[in-house]
Amino acid sequence: MVEGKLIQTEKLVKIYPMGSSQITALDQVNLVFQAAEFAGLVGPSGSGKTTLLNIIGSLDAPTSGSVEVLGGKIENLSHREAAALRNRSIGFIFQTYNLLPVYTAYENVEFPLLLLKIPAPQRKKMAMDALDWVGLADRAGSRPSQLSGGESQRVAIARAIVKKPELVLADEPTANLDAKNSHHIMKTMVHLNESLQTTFIFATHDEKVMRYLKRKISLDDGRVEKDEIIKPEVGK
Amino acid sequence: MIIAKLAFKNIYGAGLRTWLNAIALSFSFVAIIFLQGLYNGMNNQVEKATVDAQYAGGHYWQNKYDPYDPLTLNDAHEKIPGDLAKLIAAKKATPILIRQATIYPNGRFQNVFLKGIEPEQNILSIPTSVLTDDKESIPALIGSRMAKSSGLKAGDYITVRWRDTHGTFDANELKIAAVMKTDVPDIDNGQFWIPIDKMREMTAMPDEATIIVLEKGSSFSAEVDHWQHKDLEFLLRDLRALVLTKSIGGSIFYIVLLLLAMLAIFDTQVLSIFRRRKEMGTLMALGMTRSKIIQLFTLEGAMHAVLAALVAAAYGLPLLIHVARTGYGLPEASDSFGFALGNRIFPAFTAGLVVATTLLVLIVTTIVSYLPTRKIAKLEPTDALRGKLT
Ligand SMILES: Nc1ncnc2c1ncn2[C@@H]1O[C@H](COP(=O)(O)OP(=O)(O)OP(=O)(O)O)[C@@H](O)[C@H]1O
Ligand SMILES: [Mg+2]
Repeated sequence: MVEGKLIQTEKLVKIYPMGSSQITALDQVNLVFQAAEFAGLVGPSGSGKTTLLNIIGSLDAPTSGSVEVLGGKIENLSHREAAALRNRSIGFIFQTYNLLPVYTAYENVEFPLLLLKIPAPQRKKMAMDALDWVGLADRAGSRPSQLSGGESQRVAIARAIVKKPELVLADEPTANLDAKNSHHIMKTMVHLNESLQTTFIFATHDEKVMRYLKRKISLDDGRVEKDEIIKPEVGK
Repeated sequence: MIIAKLAFKNIYGAGLRTWLNAIALSFSFVAIIFLQGLYNGMNNQVEKATVDAQYAGGHYWQNKYDPYDPLTLNDAHEKIPGDLAKLIAAKKATPILIRQATIYPNGRFQNVFLKGIEPEQNILSIPTSVLTDDKESIPALIGSRMAKSSGLKAGDYITVRWRDTHGTFDANELKIAAVMKTDVPDIDNGQFWIPIDKMREMTAMPDEATIIVLEKGSSFSAEVDHWQHKDLEFLLRDLRALVLTKSIGGSIFYIVLLLLAMLAIFDTQVLSIFRRRKEMGTLMALGMTRSKIIQLFTLEGAMHAVLAALVAAAYGLPLLIHVARTGYGLPEASDSFGFALGNRIFPAFTAGLVVATTLLVLIVTTIVSYLPTRKIAKLEPTDALRGKLT
């Protein structure tokens, strides 16, 4: 585990060209995240939450400013290095699950380990453990098309954490789930955060998610409006 | 290695989609091989029919003979020299004497070529034996095209007028002994085949000939005074040029079909890859490098082509073998191609053709898998994830 500072953005700006004009999705964002945080980006639609998550996750490049993740500057990484960083250290959870459709739940979870070239016996154990954490060990052989939305998202969570990354980025992970499933996956993630010291950063509108957050960063129009440490309403 | 494994897993896991893709691709294989085979078969057949009926093992032409200038026929005849006469006596060659003549069917006049040929010859595949046993009249053999254009049928009599060796006009009646069906227009259109002995009498050209046809496979090519050896290569040159120009015209059809086949490949590969751009975005997010993603999708495309080749072999081979045996029926209209085409074409499928087509489809499929994949892999992962095009 990396101690202390995990992520730092400095004067981070992201501008999207829109025909002749342009959209400033992020405007001078300065943020620091420590290891083992459980933080959320909140704010109205279009405020830049997804954009910030994507840049931190090296899925997108900043227009200007700097982002340091795990000691490396995102803007200086080659494509190969960025891929390696994501592979090793970052787990993604998407609103639409993004499971690989032709693979089983198990194979989806195993996939990042294949890329990391982890030997088969160890791979099998890690993948089954991850499915166990999210309570889906018995669905290992199911295809995504045979899983409910909640189950799919839990498989996606297992896939994000199977390699025990330092950082998990989750963009609206509960948007397609009902209350029961939302609470279930949030509890799963709180548990992982506490047992594995994994840092979670969410982008969300969802009240149900916010109740679990330990830190809430409010964005508006690409700017950080508020950054508060909160006591989660829901106990451990 | 992991890439090959993943590609196999994707193809296997995609199940029905893989099979549909492979079947669609396999149509391209079969269509291309079928058309190319048909085209080859057509060429072979045209050449074979023409060689059989017209060129055999090559010709000797009397020096003055020029097939493109009928006027040369006045002088293009000569006593057959010793060497060639020996070949003829040994039935290794057969002489043909050619004169211009005029016939008068239904009161019209029509220019024709009288061709004297030995009735007992079997060097050319012309049924000259029908010219034998007729003591009363002069028998003539014509082709069905000639019969059509002159309105003549077997048993009819027709007046023919010609000049003898001194340039004097003479006339006589010919009796149509038979009408032959042939695929070679040059022995049909405007041709009257009569016994060479009768012809020599009629023209007062004893022992003379205009051309000597060598038997098939003949290696005789000695210098003969006043006579020029024309080998098969030379004789077939015009035909090959004709087939080429005809086939350039006809190949528009072939190209359209080829394009359709390519379109099928393009459609199945490009669309399936563009449909999977979100999947590619996910792979990027999971940390797969661009080059690995390109390798994976390109390999999958190539594997589709291999699978398609197997599928194509499964139904295509029996089909093609069947067609190669029974031939492919052509509509009547193709007679107007102007060269020797039978009613049925027997496609010629060679191993080279099959291998070349397989490689062609494999390469095309791989390329049309590679290009869109590269395009998507070059996107920022966010854009791929969002399913953005551009
Ligand atoms: N690829 C893009 N091209 C152009 N504009 C973009 C692009 N991505 C985002 N934007 C714009 O940037 C701004 C921030 O978008 P972003 O997706 O980060 O917002 P968000 O806070 O995640 O919104 P939501 O809550 O609706 O998901 C928006 O105005 C959006 O239209
Ligand atoms: Mg968003």
